[in-house]
Amino acid sequence: MLELKGVRKRFGGQEVLLGVDLSVKKGEVVALIGPSGSGKTTLLRCANFLETADEGTMIFDGERYDMARARRAEIAGIRRRTGFVFQSYNLFANKTALGNVTESLIITRKKHRKEAEEIGLEALRRVGMADWAAHYPSQLSGGQQQRVAIARALALDPEIIYFDEPTSALDPELIGEVLAVMRSLAEGGMTMLVVTHEMSFARSVSSRTVFMAGGAVVEQGPSADFFRAPREERTRAFLASLAEERK
Amino acid sequence: MSANVWQLLVDSFPDILLPGLIQTVPLTVISFSIAFVIAVGVALIRYAHVPVLEQLARIYVWAVRGTPLLVQLYVVFYGLPSVGVRLASFPAAVIVFSINEGAYCAEIMRAALEAVPVGQMEAGYCVGMSYWQIMRRILLPQALRTAFPSLGNSLIAMVKDTSLASNITVAEMVMATKYIVGRTYQALPLYIELAVIYLMFSTVLEFLQRLGEKRLNASVGREVKRIA
Repeated sequence: MLELKGVRKRFGGQEVLLGVDLSVKKGEVVALIGPSGSGKTTLLRCANFLETADEGTMIFDGERYDMARARRAEIAGIRRRTGFVFQSYNLFANKTALGNVTESLIITRKKHRKEAEEIGLEALRRVGMADWAAHYPSQLSGGQQQRVAIARALALDPEIIYFDEPTSALDPELIGEVLAVMRSLAEGGMTMLVVTHEMSFARSVSSRTVFMAGGAVVEQGPSADFFRAPREERTRAFLASLAEERK
Repeated sequence: MSANVWQLLVDSFPDILLPGLIQTVPLTVISFSIAFVIAVGVALIRYAHVPVLEQLARIYVWAVRGTPLLVQLYVVFYGLPSVGVRLASFPAAVIVFSINEGAYCAEIMRAALEAVPVGQMEAGYCVGMSYWQIMRRILLPQALRTAFPSLGNSLIAMVKDTSLASNITVAEMVMATKYIVGRTYQALPLYIELAVIYLMFSTVLEFLQRLGEKRLNASVGREVKRIA
């Protein structure tokens, strides 16, 4: 359902993406891992046009787009069908949890408030935050904010949700609740592309793992195989360094 | 102080307060409202780096902030008639105060807009909202909350600045007081009385400012916590 081909991006003189290919099939959960600076987040941001790639082709739902020259209407069309969960949650600070979830339903989907609130509450229920609907982001913990952010994406019924290191900003004891929500989404058949440092999540939840380093995909494969027997030296070194950190 | 002076203060009180209510207050309210509209417009132009308009906005802020308010009043009221633009004193004052205050408030609004984390805009895009929808519903409300205390300060400062309008014959409180002093030669008690009336106006505004801040804080859940 999503295919990225030859994505290139440079910031100033720094080449961040050196022609990356990546595909995600419907219902697949793809974990995108790699050392910091490897370009995973940039790739994700290019996929949702938060950054404009210098080159690259996107095939989304069978439609082909030039990532460097997509028109505003095309970008809006793609964004309408995708969800994005940020590392720093980015909940609208001036809206309640429910307001965050219903905002776009009301403003861009022209739903009536009542209908939007029903959809919004259902989305909050799915992430276990319905009881917090009237709270503002500043009154919620990081984990709760991130769950609301996931509900905000879910409420728009996206075809795929991008997660940009969704647990990296969280205190360790709050990571579990967010991963649990993501796991249940995965089990429900949601298509997800997840940039993550949580190897246990990549290993046990994702169907496929993609390892990026230095702006390129180094290795990818079904997650079970990937973690059991990585083929590339750089992958082994990366996984070993994480295991080292754990100790 | 003699009984005469007390009597003078009591008698002059309504004579000073009344011009305050029919000149100073409308001048302030009208000018600040226009200034606020100018400020938001200029701040949006500068925030979005609109070419050409941004340069003009910069020049506007630079020119207004770099020249005395009194001189601006003179240029418009005494200067413009020589090129055929003849304005009554009150509209002239409204124009000058709006333009002057607009420049200061524009800087406040711009800084407040820039203080909203960029993630708020990105999150808006990601749920399919347009630039203007995000600006109107997410960024501006948050920026307004940040700017509110500074805008309140500007408003209070402006009430006091309207005293300068007496220089272009607006019959506001200073003018009224001068007139009574001219008649009675009681400069000290009368100008102190005038100061006290300004203090009353400022106190009311401060009270309103606190009330407004409380309500705005409630609208983001007690306090604004910056989400980096």
